[in-house]
Amino acid sequence: MSPESLARMSNVMVYSSMLVLTFAMFAFAASFAGGRRRVNSAAVESTRNAGGTAVITKAVVVTDDPGRRASNIGISLTWLAFVLLLVGVVLRGVWAGRAPWGNMYEFSITAALGVLAVFLIANTRTDLRWLGIFIVIPVLLTLGVAVTVLYTEAAQLVPALKSYWLVIHVFAAIICSGAFTLAAATAGLSLVRDRAERKAGSDVELTGALVSRIPSAERLRSLTNKTLAFAFPLWTFTVVAGAIWAENAWGRYWGWDPKETWAFITWVIYAAYLHARSTAGWRGNKASLIALAGWIAFLMNYFGVNFLANSLHSYAGVGN
Amino acid sequence: MTNLPPMSSTGFLRWVWRQLTSMKTALVLLFLLAVASVPGSVYPQRGVDPIKVRDFITKSPTWGPILDRLGFFEVYSSPWFSAVYLLLFLSLIGCVIPRVGVHFRAMRSAPPAVPRMLERLAGSREVTPTASAEEVIGAVAGALRKARWRVVSGPADSPTWVAAEKGYLRETGNLVFHVSLLFVLSAIAIGGLFGWKGNVIVREGSGFSNTVTQYDAWGGGRYTNAQDIPPFSFTLDKFTVDFERGIAQRGAPRAFEAEMSYKVDPTAPVERRLVEVNEPLSISGAKVFLVGHGYAPLITVTDKTGKVVFDDAVPFLPQDGSFTSTGVVKILDSTPQLGIQALFLPTAALDDVLGPHSTFPGPDDPALFMSAWKGDLGLNTGKPQSVYRLVTDKMTKIGLEQLRPGTSWKLPDGSGTVTFSGYKRWASFQIAYDPGKEIALIFVALAIVGLTMSLFIRRRRVWVKVVERDGVTVIQLAGIMRASTFEDKDIGALAEDLDFVEQALQVAGVARGIEKEQS
Repeated sequence: MSPESLARMSNVMVYSSMLVLTFAMFAFAASFAGGRRRVNSAAVESTRNAGGTAVITKAVVVTDDPGRRASNIGISLTWLAFVLLLVGVVLRGVWAGRAPWGNMYEFSITAALGVLAVFLIANTRTDLRWLGIFIVIPVLLTLGVAVTVLYTEAAQLVPALKSYWLVIHVFAAIICSGAFTLAAATAGLSLVRDRAERKAGSDVELTGALVSRIPSAERLRSLTNKTLAFAFPLWTFTVVAGAIWAENAWGRYWGWDPKETWAFITWVIYAAYLHARSTAGWRGNKASLIALAGWIAFLMNYFGVNFLANSLHSYAGVGN
Repeated sequence: MTNLPPMSSTGFLRWVWRQLTSMKTALVLLFLLAVASVPGSVYPQRGVDPIKVRDFITKSPTWGPILDRLGFFEVYSSPWFSAVYLLLFLSLIGCVIPRVGVHFRAMRSAPPAVPRMLERLAGSREVTPTASAEEVIGAVAGALRKARWRVVSGPADSPTWVAAEKGYLRETGNLVFHVSLLFVLSAIAIGGLFGWKGNVIVREGSGFSNTVTQYDAWGGGRYTNAQDIPPFSFTLDKFTVDFERGIAQRGAPRAFEAEMSYKVDPTAPVERRLVEVNEPLSISGAKVFLVGHGYAPLITVTDKTGKVVFDDAVPFLPQDGSFTSTGVVKILDSTPQLGIQALFLPTAALDDVLGPHSTFPGPDDPALFMSAWKGDLGLNTGKPQSVYRLVTDKMTKIGLEQLRPGTSWKLPDGSGTVTFSGYKRWASFQIAYDPGKEIALIFVALAIVGLTMSLFIRRRRVWVKVVERDGVTVIQLAGIMRASTFEDKDIGALAEDLDFVEQALQVAGVARGIEKEQS
């Protein structure tokens, strides 16, 4: 295959993946809408008959849930989008003849792939279908920004990136981006759900489309915690791998370059999160807020530093 | 909320210490550390780019000096940043050191005896024994010991219960992580106190020997002996650069290769090495990194009598990605003194908006645009001057000209000629010695191992008790999770442990399968 057709194939795959993700988004959205109608009707029925207990109401929703099929379709479509995007990223690498992480377009499509991978793998271990829409939307946004603003023709690497550390450091960072995004989604939802639970007084009487479809605030916080317990050591490794690489390329392992600074800030915030989880009075919403702050610092490191700051890590390749 | 401090002085100190080592304080200090790090990515930093700091202060005469005094241009060595991380580490020490003792004792002490009502614990089970209590307890204790649980059983003469605990490595990992951080900080301090770092520009064909005076910039730690740095030397034989010529990312660098010959000391044999970005030269414990490059136009100047007063390759500093480079020539040996301010353009272009500029970093169409000055260079005042800047206060402009390689310019006032005969390349090197970096690496690796252990190992207890109830003998199985990070009740993991015990009982042939599961 000629390089041009490889390039075209890669782009076609990325666009196809976006199209499939859009359908997945509709499917996940439909599952919310479907769930809502059923919850309402079940609740009405149980009060009218005056015999249905809270447990029965809940059982009706779970066993006979029209949103369930829609969310299953959403997951299948997400898997399809993942495979398409994987092919797109691999073709991009084949086209460039290197790991496809040489500029921000490539980082972004691989990061989107990483988020999907972490979500889909986590979903095989514990049911996360309800989370689908909150993953698919940021992934679609990332891909949208990638193909419009960040798009760069494949080219060779600048000398600073020619190192096997590119593969190690960036791969770890991409997995972290997936885990951090997942944790931010569950942390954000836990705040919403917590508010609704407080208002309703008990989690059985929740009727909102969103809040009735997602797990309890406590379970969401636990998911956030597990995801970050996995991501934090990996992020530590990412930063250390970056430091080893920096030592090899620039002669110092730490120089407070803006990218390094924000990686450090991200690390410190997530460290604060883990400490908050074992501090009385901080475990709940405060910890969730810290998890969100960590994700914002991570995004700042990814987008902000590449565009705003004058950093040694300016490999965006945008505008050239 | 916290109580008011007691009045006595020791009581007050104890109160301060307790506050400092509390988790809430650690949390607040972590936030402060995150926030205090931000300005360093917003404002230029002296340690990274002193010129940018100077320009910033010049551009904002009101805020610049105030920010400067507050340490915003040296954030990471400022008193407030140091205060935050030192307090954080003090808090860490106060928190972690006592825990080391507690953990050490816990590891040596027996697991606590069986609670009275095992059936009340969540997830507890009962199975029917098919052997004596002694055999049951023996089988369970053996299996648990084999699976690396810490096990006690009792009472001594005819045991009826087993208590087991596992997952001590969780706390070990947590302590290893925190203590390792202390060592990483120490390693950074060692590097700062005993290490050194310098930058030097070397032109193609020129050499460098490692003495402080040969550096363009050099800095050592408080305990670094500047006289005592290793006496190696090297020559930059050839420097090759390659730029992207395709449409995508046109002009982006593609390869830098410095062919070097070096000697470990003046009497050592010459060795050769290709030095690239990511491929530094290790020499006498120090490392030589290729960090930049540029052009050095060959400039010859004669005075009005025709005598050559200057003839050298002058390193010019690149100003943009296309290597529009600026440089200065100062000629002290002519009367009056001469000065040249010049732009070197590897691929020259001229337009109304940008003026003379370069459109590609490669030397496709080199040109030298310059202005010549005469008068007093101001070098006799004793005030230090940059070699890349011409102080024109006491000078008058003679004229402007542009030259292509191999051409000359006769200065309009007859004070001499300037010849641009070509260019050489230069490479800049960072040479660094950091005795702390290996220590830092070892402890950072330990920290990651400890961290992973502390996040993934779960500390839990399991109890097995043989009891008689209403004339029927049953074996009770129960356990609890003792974890702070997974403080949500992880019944699933506990069930796995109880499954293990139950299986061990069946394998040993001392119990039947599940008969009753309690919720």
